[in-house]
Amino acid sequence: MPVYDNLVRLVKWYEAVLEHPHKTEIARELRAEDDLFLLMLYSEMLGIPNPAYYYTLELYPYMIEEFHDWHLRMGMEKSPLSGIRCC
Amino acid sequence: MKTLAQKREKRELKDLNAIALAAIGLFIFALGYRFYSKFVAEKIFRLDPNYVTPAHKFKDGVDFVPTNKFILWGHHFTSVAGAAPILGPAIAVYWGWLPAVLWVVLGTVFAAGVHDFGTLVLSVRNKGQSVGTLAHRLIGQRGKILFLFIILILVLMVNAVFAWVIANLFISFPASVIPVFIQIPLAVWIGFAVYKKNIKMLVPSLIALVIMYGAAIFSSQYEFLQIDLVRYMGGEDAAGLFGLGAISTAFFIWIIVLMVYVYIASTLPVWQLLQPRDFINSHQLIVGLGILYLGLLFTNPEITAPMTNPVNDVSWFPLLFITIACGAISGFHGLVSSGTSSKQLDKETDARFVGYLGAIGEGVLALISIIAVITFFPDREAFLATYSSFAASSGSGLGSFIQGASQLATGLMIPTAVASTIVSVIVVSFAATTLDTSVRLMRYIISELGSEYKIPALEKKHVATTIAVVSSAALVLIPEGPSGFGSGGFLLWPLFGTANQLLAGISLLLISIWLRKLGRNYMITIIPMIFLMFMTLWAMFQQVFLQWAWYAAAPNMLLFVFGAIILVFALWIIITAIQVLASKDNPANLED
Repeated sequence: MPVYDNLVRLVKWYEAVLEHPHKTEIARELRAEDDLFLLMLYSEMLGIPNPAYYYTLELYPYMIEEFHDWHLRMGMEKSPLSGIRCC
Repeated sequence: MKTLAQKREKRELKDLNAIALAAIGLFIFALGYRFYSKFVAEKIFRLDPNYVTPAHKFKDGVDFVPTNKFILWGHHFTSVAGAAPILGPAIAVYWGWLPAVLWVVLGTVFAAGVHDFGTLVLSVRNKGQSVGTLAHRLIGQRGKILFLFIILILVLMVNAVFAWVIANLFISFPASVIPVFIQIPLAVWIGFAVYKKNIKMLVPSLIALVIMYGAAIFSSQYEFLQIDLVRYMGGEDAAGLFGLGAISTAFFIWIIVLMVYVYIASTLPVWQLLQPRDFINSHQLIVGLGILYLGLLFTNPEITAPMTNPVNDVSWFPLLFITIACGAISGFHGLVSSGTSSKQLDKETDARFVGYLGAIGEGVLALISIIAVITFFPDREAFLATYSSFAASSGSGLGSFIQGASQLATGLMIPTAVASTIVSVIVVSFAATTLDTSVRLMRYIISELGSEYKIPALEKKHVATTIAVVSSAALVLIPEGPSGFGSGGFLLWPLFGTANQLLAGISLLLISIWLRKLGRNYMITIIPMIFLMFMTLWAMFQQVFLQWAWYAAAPNMLLFVFGAIILVFALWIIITAIQVLASKDNPANLED
């Protein structure tokens, strides 16, 4: 059924075209949420008291790569925190 | 029998025309893509399939995402196609269909295609930066400010012109009001459904489209569903509010409603309203193009408008070239090419498909707009009666397009009343999204100018939006015309075209400088640039000094001031171009 297959491909392409800009926006929104989350986790390093700091440190190995991307996005070429030496 | 055969033969020859015209246009577009864009891609830009594009180099999953070329083309095309390639050609057929068709076809092949394609490649070769940033790096701070002011004028014109278009369509086609306003809650619903519940958007947006067109069918049948402000006030000759006539009052009310809407719409996050509207509008673009081209095939209409129309008031040369901006060449495309598409190009060689074919898509829309208008009138006299002067054709061009399109739709068994409502809903939806986007853009520019000139208040979202909305409303309400204010908004159209062409001129200049630096032949971009600048300067000179100046026949200080500003910018670009191209040093800041 080549006609049917082509039709399915056409619909898939069309759906992908529709979703394309939307995915970007959702990704942007999620990234902004992530940035805020990161700030909350490591607020102690910026001088904002955080009672859960001791526990959030356990997330350190998982966060290190994201932290690197984060400080680059925030316009800092090198890690701003001496505690996290990602680059 | 003989006469029947003769008649048939005669009719067939006549009938061939509109379809043949479309076929010739499409054929030239195909040749342009097949040969000219290939030449440009291989010999001039020398695209490299192994070049690491910004989408890969700076991949971040948000702005920089390598994307399949077909998907990127679809997105690029739906971003650039709107109401402008419909309105411009619908006005420009005033000088006959031949000049308009030639400019759309040749302009798309030799100017728009290269411009859209070139800005995409230039941006890809420069870290995916936008034309604005490239202008800054190339011409310095002066270049950036020049660029910002031209975009500011462009978006201000867009706001005023499209608000004028929508208000007039609501007055002429009151059945379109309810379907258009239904789109707003539907879009918000889709936005939330997709964002919060992660539902696929194809089905909800199709449901929204069905609801809108269902509403259009009902509202075109039942008068009580038509929000006709003029009728509520007692007809065209009745008095309205504040001592104005009924039509002027209706216009005033619609502009206020639109401005309130656009204030809210442009300050919401894009996923809540703007994007879901775009999903629905993508369907509408396909429905619109389908209705027009299929309708053309089935109705097989005659071209009744004259091929050329000698006129006394406004000469086609050079005004044609700024009346049709989008559809022949448009600087706005460069913003899309270098702003988003360049950051998502998977391979450099895809640029030809996305950029050049994107411009052709817009040309296809402009071509069918011309055909819808020139086949609508029963005969040449009826055409000439409606298109009696440039002012008349500017005022009624879009209305003629909608009626022409609905006549083509009868070939698909759609009743004329329903078709005209649906087509006006399509045009209004495009115009409303453009309005929303351009008010948003204006807000960003005002904020940027605020930070540039150290005025922090301008950087605040609501301050910048208020300035954008109020100045746009003031502009659209000021130009007066024969039937009170609101009838003269079309005067702004040439200014919109001019600002758009100036932007295209800057982009072509940037590509030329880049090509020159690489030691390649830059004639393919410098010739369209010189052509555009020449036409723009000439047209503005004529309008500013011979029509709008205080000593002219119809002085208009507002248009005079805007026209003069644009004229200064045009001269500025030309001087800069000569300076940069004449200097022997290579511009240091452009990469290769």
